[in-house]
Amino acid sequence: MLNIIWAVMILLSFVCALFTGRMPQLSEAVMNGAGSAVELVIGTLGMMCVWTGFMKIADAGGLTAVLCKAFYPLLKRLFPDYGAGSGALKAISMNMAANFLGLGNAATPLGLAAMKEMQKENPEPKSANNSMVMFVVINTASIQLIPTFMGALRAQYGAAFPFDILPAVWLASVVSLIVGVIAAKLMQGRKKERRLR
Amino acid sequence: MESFSVYIIPAVICIILLFGFFRRVPLFDTFLAGAKEGLWSSVSILPSLVGLMMAVTMLSASGALELLTGWAAPAADFLGFPAQVLPLALLRPISGSGSTAVLTEIFQNYGADGFIGRVASVMMGSTETTFYAIAVYFGSVGIKKTRHAIPAALAADTTGYIMSVLAVKLFFR
Repeated sequence: MLNIIWAVMILLSFVCALFTGRMPQLSEAVMNGAGSAVELVIGTLGMMCVWTGFMKIADAGGLTAVLCKAFYPLLKRLFPDYGAGSGALKAISMNMAANFLGLGNAATPLGLAAMKEMQKENPEPKSANNSMVMFVVINTASIQLIPTFMGALRAQYGAAFPFDILPAVWLASVVSLIVGVIAAKLMQGRKKERRLR
Repeated sequence: MESFSVYIIPAVICIILLFGFFRRVPLFDTFLAGAKEGLWSSVSILPSLVGLMMAVTMLSASGALELLTGWAAPAADFLGFPAQVLPLALLRPISGSGSTAVLTEIFQNYGADGFIGRVASVMMGSTETTFYAIAVYFGSVGIKKTRHAIPAALAADTTGYIMSVLAVKLFFR
């Protein structure tokens, strides 16, 4: 998908520049755009390293495991297809704990492991079951305690207090998560009823 | 908000250090190992960021983004949604680097601390690359029918966008 979108963005800006007469600016943008990506990565590198370093300490101390236990009772209700103590539920809660702490590198493999575990007991292997959908929806709602990269980015672009938006981020995340979970539950319910009739 | 927010990062760091200390984690060695991972993952997003920031900067320089926001402005205004963050809402579910590129473009044009910059930040922080995650997760186990995953995830994303505007209005008057 990105293959097409990326190409369209570039071609569209060329066509647009033809009409707006902004070809000089476009030409400049080709050179500056790529350069500013390098600046951005270098500018945020320090903060990202500091954060992944501290999160590694938290993880090594077992904070992920503690969070995992805290999430467990809630997750049992959200994923009724998989019993307590099952490999699937364990992988799911590990993935969520990692996501919550912003351990992106650890979260993705754990999420893939969770999908694999869920697929093992999936009666229709070509089609997603309710738990898989719920898992992916929760994952895409992004509950992260401290969105570090965004903070580093804001700092680089001159925000006075880069993290002053955290309460707003938390509120927006939690509400969208709740709506996602409810939407997933409602949509799966309707399908089940239809099948019974 | 400022007084509270300046405590968050130092407090979290100290709590983590104390937690690690009591759990007998070798603190600095573990920090170094984690920082090394962060270094590598930051550098590894560079190629896609270069490609997408170039494309977004071009879109902006050509005036295409202005045209888009101009067209969308009446509808967006009606909904109380700043039209300038519309490109971010469109690209956010598809690409992480792409939305980062749009976010920096917004910061550059409207400032990180303005209303538009803040709404964009909250949108970025409270949503994910939905389509990418759906493709990776379901693709990894060979599932073709994703059933209600996309509508439910988009419902969550849309809520996140609307809530971003409301939350910024609530916390920053």
